[in-house]
Amino acid sequence: MAQYLPPPEIIAQLGLIFVVFNMLVLSAAFMVWMERKVCAYIQDREGPNRVGFEGVLQPFADVIKLLFKEQLKPKAADTVLFALAPLISTTAAFAAFSVVPFGTETTLFGLLEHPIPLEVTDVNVAVLVIFAITSMGIYGIVLAGWSSNSKYSLLGGLRSSAQMISYELSYGLAMAAVIMMAGSLSLREIVTNQSGYWFHVIPRWYLFLQPLGFFIYLCAGVAETNRAPFDFPEAEQELVAGYHTEYSSMSFAMFFLAEYVNMVTVSAVATSLYLGGWLGPFLPSWLGWVWFLVKVFLILFFYVWMRWTLPRYRYDQLMEFGWKWLLPAAVLNLFATAAVVLWIG
Amino acid sequence: MSYYAFYVFAFIAIVSSLLVVGQKNPMHSVMLLIASFGALAGLYVLLDAPFTAVTQIIVYAGAIMVLFLFVVMLLNVPREEPTPASVSALLGPTGMRVGVVLSLLLAAEVVWAMSRVGVGVFSQGPGTASVSSVALIGRALFTRHAFAFEATSVLILVAMVGAVVLARREQH
Amino acid sequence: MVPLNHYLVLSGLLFAIGTAGVFLRRNLITVLLSIEIMLNAVNLTFVAVGRYLNTVDGQIITFFVMTVAAAEAAVGLALVIALFRHRETLNPDAFTSLKW
Repeated sequence: MAQYLPPPEIIAQLGLIFVVFNMLVLSAAFMVWMERKVCAYIQDREGPNRVGFEGVLQPFADVIKLLFKEQLKPKAADTVLFALAPLISTTAAFAAFSVVPFGTETTLFGLLEHPIPLEVTDVNVAVLVIFAITSMGIYGIVLAGWSSNSKYSLLGGLRSSAQMISYELSYGLAMAAVIMMAGSLSLREIVTNQSGYWFHVIPRWYLFLQPLGFFIYLCAGVAETNRAPFDFPEAEQELVAGYHTEYSSMSFAMFFLAEYVNMVTVSAVATSLYLGGWLGPFLPSWLGWVWFLVKVFLILFFYVWMRWTLPRYRYDQLMEFGWKWLLPAAVLNLFATAAVVLWIG
Repeated sequence: MSYYAFYVFAFIAIVSSLLVVGQKNPMHSVMLLIASFGALAGLYVLLDAPFTAVTQIIVYAGAIMVLFLFVVMLLNVPREEPTPASVSALLGPTGMRVGVVLSLLLAAEVVWAMSRVGVGVFSQGPGTASVSSVALIGRALFTRHAFAFEATSVLILVAMVGAVVLARREQH
Repeated sequence: MVPLNHYLVLSGLLFAIGTAGVFLRRNLITVLLSIEIMLNAVNLTFVAVGRYLNTVDGQIITFFVMTVAAAEAAVGLALVIALFRHRETLNPDAFTSLKW
């Protein structure tokens, strides 16, 4: 029987892909629950508590409800593009996670001969791949806005994509400063460069070396995922629902899924770049993914906390902030990093 | 395995380019061109040039095509209007057919010429794939080609100023 | 492994398709898209021959071609917008006479 199975490395690779995909979908479901619970407690109420213990099964109930809804399409909508837009959004959101490492090499309790690193793949230009796939995600929003053939969708789509393009610059420049310090474009190498401690107590995270860069990255990441306080294009009070006004049922669910998975990807890349990835004290190195999950969860909590605490920016304030404040700050950060790296290294 | 990948990517690139040229709706043309760029990025990966592949996606598919998309959306011209016959008989349907035949001849001629260049095979040794490491590209770009690099930055600035001036509404 | 002239044939074919688009299409945006196809075909040739000669110069020239293509697309589209404002059409045959 064993000679009919593919070699164990291929099974391990497929297993990794399966695990990562399912973890992303489950994390989106978890985010739905966490958002509603945190929002509720911030607003001094309880949130979902009927379905399952403390409402944990609420996202699954939401999905089942959405599945039963009717799928509508406006009569004058462009059929191909209308159907393609949520697919592009979701595919780009999932694909960007494929180069994010979440653990050291493991042999899966000795089942494999050679240890495999815990990530779907590692290319030596990993950071650029994430950047490239994130910029492909813009097309989902632009096409959704255009193909719905309605004025709210078009305005929402145009504004949202203009916002994403503007904040991509600061996003890339903040990443470029970290790349300069680490000397490599591969996320795995960036994380391993952050191992060790100063004075045996403070971990060598790039967060402490690049506080401004971390702040810029988080601002740009929040704007890239169209979350508050930068969520003017999809705010309910302004544009009905922005670019996904005309979508219903599963297409709407796919846009939602894409947004949450994008948030998870931005948080995962932030932990790899600034917070030391899977490195952490007290646990053996093969349990590093636990620390990874903890750090990603902290950033996601921060995302949700920001949404329900801060008021949203108006669109022109948002664009002004991105071009006139964040971009010069990112450029200055890059210059300062380059000067220090040249002086020391 | 990379043999089949080449043919898949080449097929996608050619079919999407043909459809770009053949489509009536410019929105569909733009999306098909993005598919063509994706296939070309795959071909660059097969040629041991991952940095060029990623740059192709970021610059071409992620930035230039978004610009095209914005312009198509804002100008909102749904289809191509046929040329009035008063302009020239060359541009009517007969002219188009002659043009298609001539372009098929051009394609056949180019394919014939390129296939006679000589069957060169790529070298496969252990050191050859490292020719495309990002560090090497950066080093060559900033030392040997530094002047061209600085010139392109001036070029981009000029293009940016020019685009803003040209697309501005006339002030009376 | 695929020999070099397969890549050259492919890029030649793409270049011919782009040329056909530039000459035959009567819509300014599609003409600009066909120019981008031609530039991409040239990029493919550069990278393929660079890999054949084991040098990194092919990719560096590609970098410059992409930059020039971006600048040209930006200025070209600005021109298209300015032209559209005057004539409300994107057909290049509407702009054959020098006076408005």
